[in-house]
Amino acid sequence: MTKELLEGNAAIAEAAIRAGVEAFFGYPITPQTEVLEHFSRRLPEEGRVFLQAESELASINMVYGAACAGARVMTSSSSPGISLMQEGISYIACSEVPAVVINVMRGGPGLGNVQPAQADYFQAVKMAGHGDFHMIVLAPSNVQEAIDYVALAFDLAEKYRTIAMVVADGAIGQIMEPAELPPMRPVRPPEERASWALTGAKARDHNIITSLYLGAENLERVNLRLQEKLREIAANEVRWKEYSTEDADLLLVAFGTVGRVCQTVVREAREKGMKAGLLRPITLWPFPSARLEELAQQVRGMLVVEMNAGQMLEDVRLAVEGRCPVRFYGRLGGIVPLPDEVLPELEKLDAEVTGGEEG
Amino acid sequence: MATVEIPADMELVYKRPESLTEAHTHYCPGCTHGTIHRLIAEVLDELGVRERTIGVAPVGCSVLAYYYFNVDMAEAAHGRAPAMATGIKRVSPDKVVFTYQGDGDLAAIGTAEIVQAANRGELLTTVFVNNAVYGMTGGQMAPTTLPGQVTTSSPAGRNVKAAGFPMKMAELLAVLPGAAYITRQAVFDVPGIRRTKKAIKLAFQTQLAGLGFSMVEVLSTCGTNWHLGPVEALEWAKEHMVAYYPLGDTKMTDEVQALKGGK
Repeated sequence: MTKELLEGNAAIAEAAIRAGVEAFFGYPITPQTEVLEHFSRRLPEEGRVFLQAESELASINMVYGAACAGARVMTSSSSPGISLMQEGISYIACSEVPAVVINVMRGGPGLGNVQPAQADYFQAVKMAGHGDFHMIVLAPSNVQEAIDYVALAFDLAEKYRTIAMVVADGAIGQIMEPAELPPMRPVRPPEERASWALTGAKARDHNIITSLYLGAENLERVNLRLQEKLREIAANEVRWKEYSTEDADLLLVAFGTVGRVCQTVVREAREKGMKAGLLRPITLWPFPSARLEELAQQVRGMLVVEMNAGQMLEDVRLAVEGRCPVRFYGRLGGIVPLPDEVLPELEKLDAEVTGGEEG
Repeated sequence: MATVEIPADMELVYKRPESLTEAHTHYCPGCTHGTIHRLIAEVLDELGVRERTIGVAPVGCSVLAYYYFNVDMAEAAHGRAPAMATGIKRVSPDKVVFTYQGDGDLAAIGTAEIVQAANRGELLTTVFVNNAVYGMTGGQMAPTTLPGQVTTSSPAGRNVKAAGFPMKMAELLAVLPGAAYITRQAVFDVPGIRRTKKAIKLAFQTQLAGLGFSMVEVLSTCGTNWHLGPVEALEWAKEHMVAYYPLGDTKMTDEVQALKGGK
């Protein structure tokens, strides 16, 4: 395979097709509409299902239905649309059917704007819907990772019978850059759908998929099982990338597009003689807390940079537990922070922790 | 279930359809859900499609319908059964897919989903049970509650100036090109029950023939929340509900007419 010049949104859709997605249900919303448009052309070509739904509410419930039927299925949206999907996401999580959701995040709250943002971190990681559950959340920082993590999202969703979300942002969705698509995986034939799926009660008892469990003890048992599964995911599926951390004494922590920006910051800081490193979480849930805890004992301070008012910041502080200072720099409303604004923040942190040592 | 030897001089004329489980339902005395469940089950048996049928249960009194139908079933979020059924059918076009929904589910919170599914001509069959009240939550005003009808959330009777008018879903969906067969029936007496079964059968046949969306609205009772006994509830429904919700077909395409065979 060779690299091609690909647009993020179209690449996400094509990656899902290569990963064997059988059906897509979605609704147009900027800045992810090209995902839907790509599917609308390509899925019929491949003899698979594309349906433009009447709303995100309908989209996610169509996904829920198709997932119950045992198909590999997904939807895609952007921030306000994901809010509408939260009902279905919660039902899917409780019903333990696999599904993939893409959020190409934009500025909020409310209608916000269509610029890239990371303001849905809390929503994705901590409050994806009512009830006690987490989604697996994957955060690409470029088009190649978006392609890779869409396929990974399907594999993880099916392995754990859970919901997996890929959180990109408008920059990743709209950018064009060289990336490589994987070869086409064969689509799973309907007769090979899972034994729990709704495929017709032929020569077996009828299958029921529900999220209703009457009786507190009954529902507690279900919740304990879900929590057990989440612990298993947390133990096995934490992913992150590190840059120049071996000898670092100042650590940047950033995900997605900002993680990419911070790679430049690390380079520029090193040129200025600072021993800077970067930890970029790939899975926002489960979060690389254990690794951050280790690094907190190595570095003098951490700077968390996000396109929000400080959301992942909370998880970093929970992992660090006061072992070193954790500072924050963020831009809001759809502004991508530039290396030139982040570098002075790192210098400030450097001065702060140096001063601390002297004092 | 215990099996009983049938004496040689007797004939088996009535039995539990294979499409029903042996579970006892939780429905109130006099509730017509049990009757309607049975009609659907008989139709699925007669059409020989039980093993390839997938049902979607609603939120409401029939939320546990999946325990009673001996077919694969999913439980939808409130009002979303037509969207969920759409997802199932689109990835399993060889299956027979139906939704079973009440009036709050279909005509209030799920209005968008049913209208859009019907308009797309989804090859689904919906059985819509209209008893003019929210049953499971304890008798609140439904989208189909009659003008002046007293409920726990319309204590002075439904005031249409404030609460709007009861939704005529069979008429509303009939204007959509994707709807092939829409009818309203009632299970208040034996002839009505027989007509309802015929309608349910035709609705499933419409789906099997690929002719478009089909829905049978079934006027029903809720003695518990109407504060009437089972017989009085049937009488009240015959007198008041049928006057507002006329019985009969609101939509039958020529193809469905041909399927029905006649005229």
